[in-house]
Amino acid sequence: MKLYEFQSKNILKTYGIYVPRGKAISSGNDASKVFQEIGCNRCVLKAQVLAGGRGKGGGIQFVNTHEEAQACAAGMLGSYLATHQTGQTGIKVNYLLIEEALSIQRELYLAITIDRSLRTPILIVSSEGGVEIEEVAKKTPDKIVKEPVDVFLGILSFQLRHIASRLDISGTLSIKFNNLITNLFHIFVKNDCSLLEINPLVVTADEELCALDAKIDIDDNALYRHPEFQEFIQNQDLSPPEALAKKYKLSYISLDGNIGCLVNGAGLAMATMDIIKFHGGEPANFLDVGGDASLEQVTQAFKIILSDPKVKAILINIFGGIMKCDIIASGIIQAVKEVGIHIPLVVRLEGTNVDRAKKILHDSGLPILSAKDMKEAASLVVKVSR
Amino acid sequence: MGILIDKNTRVICQGMTGHAGSFHAERMLEYGTKLVAGVTPGKGGTTQLGIPVFDSVREAAIDFRANASVIYVPAPFAADAIMEASEAGLELIVCITEGIPTLDMIKVKKYLFQRKTRLIGPNCPGIITPDACKIGIMPGYIHKSGHVGVVSRSGTLTYEVVWQLTQRGLGQSTCIGIGGDPIVGTDFVDILRLFQEDKETEVIVLIGEIGGSAEEEAAEVLGQEITKPVISFIAGSTAPHGKRMGHAGAIISGNKGTAISKVEALRNAGVTIVDSPAHIGETVAEMMLL
Repeated sequence: MKLYEFQSKNILKTYGIYVPRGKAISSGNDASKVFQEIGCNRCVLKAQVLAGGRGKGGGIQFVNTHEEAQACAAGMLGSYLATHQTGQTGIKVNYLLIEEALSIQRELYLAITIDRSLRTPILIVSSEGGVEIEEVAKKTPDKIVKEPVDVFLGILSFQLRHIASRLDISGTLSIKFNNLITNLFHIFVKNDCSLLEINPLVVTADEELCALDAKIDIDDNALYRHPEFQEFIQNQDLSPPEALAKKYKLSYISLDGNIGCLVNGAGLAMATMDIIKFHGGEPANFLDVGGDASLEQVTQAFKIILSDPKVKAILINIFGGIMKCDIIASGIIQAVKEVGIHIPLVVRLEGTNVDRAKKILHDSGLPILSAKDMKEAASLVVKVSR
Repeated sequence: MGILIDKNTRVICQGMTGHAGSFHAERMLEYGTKLVAGVTPGKGGTTQLGIPVFDSVREAAIDFRANASVIYVPAPFAADAIMEASEAGLELIVCITEGIPTLDMIKVKKYLFQRKTRLIGPNCPGIITPDACKIGIMPGYIHKSGHVGVVSRSGTLTYEVVWQLTQRGLGQSTCIGIGGDPIVGTDFVDILRLFQEDKETEVIVLIGEIGGSAEEEAAEVLGQEITKPVISFIAGSTAPHGKRMGHAGAIISGNKGTAISKVEALRNAGVTIVDSPAHIGETVAEMMLL
């Protein structure tokens, strides 16, 4: 689960990490008051969206008076912010973070994430922070320092010395820097992060280290042991079908095509999209009902697909292992009974209890097009979607 | 023969009294797997499906000379279950459970380092040597004994591939799902080496998917150590780029992780790439006739 900047910074603050003074608002009317509360001459308004490239998209604005803050906030809140990571429509700005503007001496890049190949958390730092960090990594990889961190032992002293010397940090600042890294790794583990990125991490004019931006991604698998993040889950920006999918623990991504897909297992779901395209069609969504879906999940999954007006035909491709085909069949029938269906439905079932499932579908009398394999299912659904 | 398991493999089931555990334990018994004991803390002394249930792996393993375990324990307790099975001396652990936190798995990997246990999974369908032993949740009837080794990161897509093979009369030596999580116990590389040594296996099918760099790492070994023909399909070539956040992922993985990168790496290593998931069976058939 990705957290907004203001949520990430609130977490950092609880662990004693220095972040700019500021406050998140959801109504333009609060901007003037917050500007005055912060009490400095210059503030920055930052659009809170879960995507990068905000600065270039106009999502970061500096203001010098409380009137200016008010006017600027009113324009930003509720608008759609498009960056290179959001697509053309952009994302609606529901929150703004208003912060003091700091005078900066130096910008660094710092992140902790999981290195899948090394199977360990890894610390990444660079003397070049800012938006061009990926370019830095490509063109001058020697400017990026990567240190794998032992999950039991934490970051070791020699690693800290190595990093400080590579970044040319010494004296009192290096002590502050070491404490910060140790603290950040503690936060990473304690909160089950999959990403903790501070870009830029700045050295202020008075030699303090401050997290000017913060991105935290929490491992979804670990959310069960973090009830404190419950409130964050509620204010994620999700479309109605995405919210419904999340509620029923379905993996759903809306796409641009017109063939709705309901598949079990992520690999088969991706392969189903691949084969639809291979036969000249365009999938309307990715939907994985998971390994052990219940009757209710299948029914809801079907409703989510049907709620998409773009969908002209549906392909259900199920290979049952943990999943029993008869559960899928019952779910389809229940959903069709509840919401009705006026578009062609192609079904391909195989695996555990497949005979029972085929009988259920057959006995229902619904106009279902049965396919014997994936190839037939894909070419059939592409044909009827036209 | 096949790899890692055979008809003499003696299996215990952790989490056998649960919903998924009991359902699949029954399917394993039907298939002929030597499922010798179950483990559910607090249910020791009872029986399930006519099999004795113990409180701990240690008791079950000693009494029944078990050498493998299959885990259906819920995610919050699964990491502990894996380490318990390893501590009890089991050589092979197949963890079916999905949803285990990544940091738990990193700790498990550290724990297993330099122990004799091989972990398969988590979040995987398991392993089957047709007509000999099935450890996992795959439907048994789709398999047939033969000479194709199948290794995959997916669950249901593996069944799809196996079914295509079986319908063409092409049996399998062993089929393994290594699991879809960021951190898994056994990688493509390990399995490819085992298939290379296995006398039964003549052709290898490798099913990959976008994300991570397991396929690129496999390609390095394929070029150097694997002389048997390999056929591969990479799922997700048409998947849109997910909204990503931050730069750390890109810095770590570089250009790896995309379908293009994986296909290129595998092709350069001499692997036959299949474009449509429906053509995997026929491509293997053509190759085995040559």
